This record gives sequence, structure tokens and C-alpha cells, in this order.
Amino acid sequence: MERIPVLRMGSLLLITIQVDMHDKLAMQLQDDVTQRISEWGSTGVLIDISSLEIVDSFIGRMLANIAAMSRVLGAETVVVGMQPAVAITLVELGMSLPGVRTALSVEAGMELLYGAVAGLQSGSQDEPTQV
Amino acid sequence: MNDLADIISQNEDQIRSEWIRDMGTSLRRTDLISSTELEEQSRAVLNAVVMGVRTSGTKDTSGKGWNPARELLQEVSASRARQGFSTTEVATFILSLKQPFFSAIRRHSKDQDKAFDTMWTATELLDRLALITTEAFISTREELISRQQQELMELSTPVVKLWDGILALPIIGTLDSARTQVVMESLLEAIVATNSRYAIIDITGVPTVDTLVAQHLLKTITAARLMGAECIISGVRPQIAQTIVHLGINLEDVITKAKLSDALALALQRSGRSVVRTSPENGAARGILSNREG
Repeated sequence: MERIPVLRMGSLLLITIQVDMHDKLAMQLQDDVTQRISEWGSTGVLIDISSLEIVDSFIGRMLANIAAMSRVLGAETVVVGMQPAVAITLVELGMSLPGVRTALSVEAGMELLYGAVAGLQSGSQDEPTQV
Repeated sequence: MNDLADIISQNEDQIRSEWIRDMGTSLRRTDLISSTELEEQSRAVLNAVVMGVRTSGTKDTSGKGWNPARELLQEVSASRARQGFSTTEVATFILSLKQPFFSAIRRHSKDQDKAFDTMWTATELLDRLALITTEAFISTREELISRQQQELMELSTPVVKLWDGILALPIIGTLDSARTQVVMESLLEAIVATNSRYAIIDITGVPTVDTLVAQHLLKTITAARLMGAECIISGVRPQIAQTIVHLGINLEDVITKAKLSDALALALQRSGRSVVRTSPENGAARGILSNREG
């Protein structure tokens, strides 16, 4: 069965979506991510959607859901590389993904995650806000 | 019904010369078109009309035989639209054929009833041709307008790079839905192309900010955030700040600054940079001035 790979990079999970998302694939991804976080104790999830060209409200909600689920499990989520057309579509659909962090590139996303994780581990109670 | 065709073709030369003479008095625009060019056009149009009448008759100007005449008229009126003729002048170009036609018909018809019939046919024909001309004229004008609109839109949404990773988007004029779309697209494309973390939207040139404009701005900002870039709004004039508060527009999640320079300073600071004066010249000069004043 087709499946989106979830890679482990130290304390982070790296997910690269390179195929057109359909609903079943999205549900499978949610299962996998939550499974892996609890299995490996990951503290950050990085989702690269730079190859994703078509989104609908379901995919948008899936991204928000993965972020929310990860947060419950103690991991931060960053979505990186969103295409302009995808961003416009999501905004027109009324989905601003308020709980999801975003970055321009995988590199910037990693930096953001390491920063966020470091902030969490240094014992600060405050949710680190995005600058 | 081919009486008209016969009359026209028999009197072709006379009709043409009368037509050109009448045109000379009523609507010759020597400032826009030379008389030789006008004569050439008239000759070509009359030839095409004669051909149309001969091959397809006078009733059906959409017929095959009228193709050359139609194309020629469309071409002529399109070129006139670009040259700056008025609608009346373009329509009169064809309608002024009536007089020469009628006098030719009068000369040739012995029977009065028949002459009336032929005249009616001629009137109908010329009216139809005039309509074709006007239509072509208007559609050319409309094309011109829409192209200008497009150009204006492209001209008015430049995205400039202020610093490595910092973009600025000065918006001039009112933001409507169509423009927001263009602004949003060009900004997001530029963010990807230059890998910029910060985008400054300068609204100094936006005359009024109402709820709709604010909503459009927020949409753009949200889309940029989704891509991982942060937007700063600058150039908020005092009146606009008052309007925003009076209208109850919620801009709390957005960073706003009064001036573009403030926004740039903030973006530089956030990206871990600072601006340092390297030459003390200005400061020294001011020191000397103040010393003198003191």
C-alpha cells in the first residue's frame, strides 16, 4: 500500500509529502505520526509540503490535526515550503492554520524546531511564541 | 433586388468621387489621416461593397461574399479607434455613402415606386455596414481599455527587495478583490524566489482603509504566514489609524508601524542585524553647528 514515509532525525520526525494527498493517505499519515512520536519520543515534527500543489479543506484540516495531536504528545510541528498557490487556496478556504508553525525552507524549519525544543527543555513554562 | 448592384457597379466612379468629395467637407480629419490614405481606404471599401452586393446580394451582410468587405471595415475602424477618431466620425464614414448612392439611384430609376424600393434596400445595407463598423470600433476601444487596465495593475504592484531576506511591497491606490489577488500572488512568488523571511507591506499610497481593504490585507498576511514569512504593515497614516479603530478592525495579530523605516528597522532587528554608523562626520558637523549656535 502507498504510504508517506516518516523519517527519524535525532529527536525530530521528517515527513516529505511528494505525492498527491488523498484522504486515505492522510488518515494513514496521522496514524503513523502519532505512532512514531510515542515510539521514538520525538520532540519535533517537520512536514515538507514543497511538492504539494493541490490542497483541499481536508488536507488543510489534516495538517492542523497533526499539529494538534503532536502537541498533545509533546512535540512541536513546523510546516515548511508551502507553495504560493497552496497558501492562497487555504486562505480562500478560510483555513489560516492558527496552531501550526511555518517556515520557508527545511533549514529554517529545523532551526525553528531546535529553538522551540531548546526553549521547552530549558524549563520555561511559556509556550514559545513565533517571532 | 439586383437593381442596386447594377446601379452601383455602373456608377462606381461617380459614386466614389462624390463620396470622397462629401467626406472632404463633412468629416475629413486632416490632423489624423492624410487625404491620400483616406481616398485609398474609400476606394478599397467601395470595391469591397460592390463585390459583396454582386456575389451575395444586399439582404445578408453575414454571407460569404461580404467577408472581404466586413474584414476591411473592421480593419479600417480598428485603425481609426487607435488613431483617436470619435464614434460619430467612424460611423459617418460609411453613412455618408448614402447621398451618392441615392443620387445614382435617382438618376437611373424611371419608375418612382421602384426607386423607393431600391433606396430602402440601399439604406438598410448601409445601416448594417455602419453597425459593423461601429461594433468593430467599440471592441477595439474596449481591448485598448482592458489592456491599459492590465498594465496599470502590473505597474502598480512592484515587490522590491530591501535587504537580504526582507521584501517591501508599496501599495498605491485602492485595494479591490482583483488587485488583492495580483498583490498576493506577486508577493508570495517573490517570497519564494528570494527566500525572504520578512515582508513589509507599505500602505502609504492607499487612500482609504475600510473593512474590505483590511480583510484583503489580512488575507495576504495570512497566506504569507502559511508559507513561513512574516508581514509587517507600514505607512499607517494618523487618519487611517483612527478609521481602523473606529471600524473595529482587528489588527492585533499583525505588526503595524507608522513608517517604512520603522518597519525596516524592526525586520533588521528580528533577523539579528543592526545598523551602525561608521563615519562620525554628520555627528561632528552637528556638533560644530551646535557649538556655534551656543
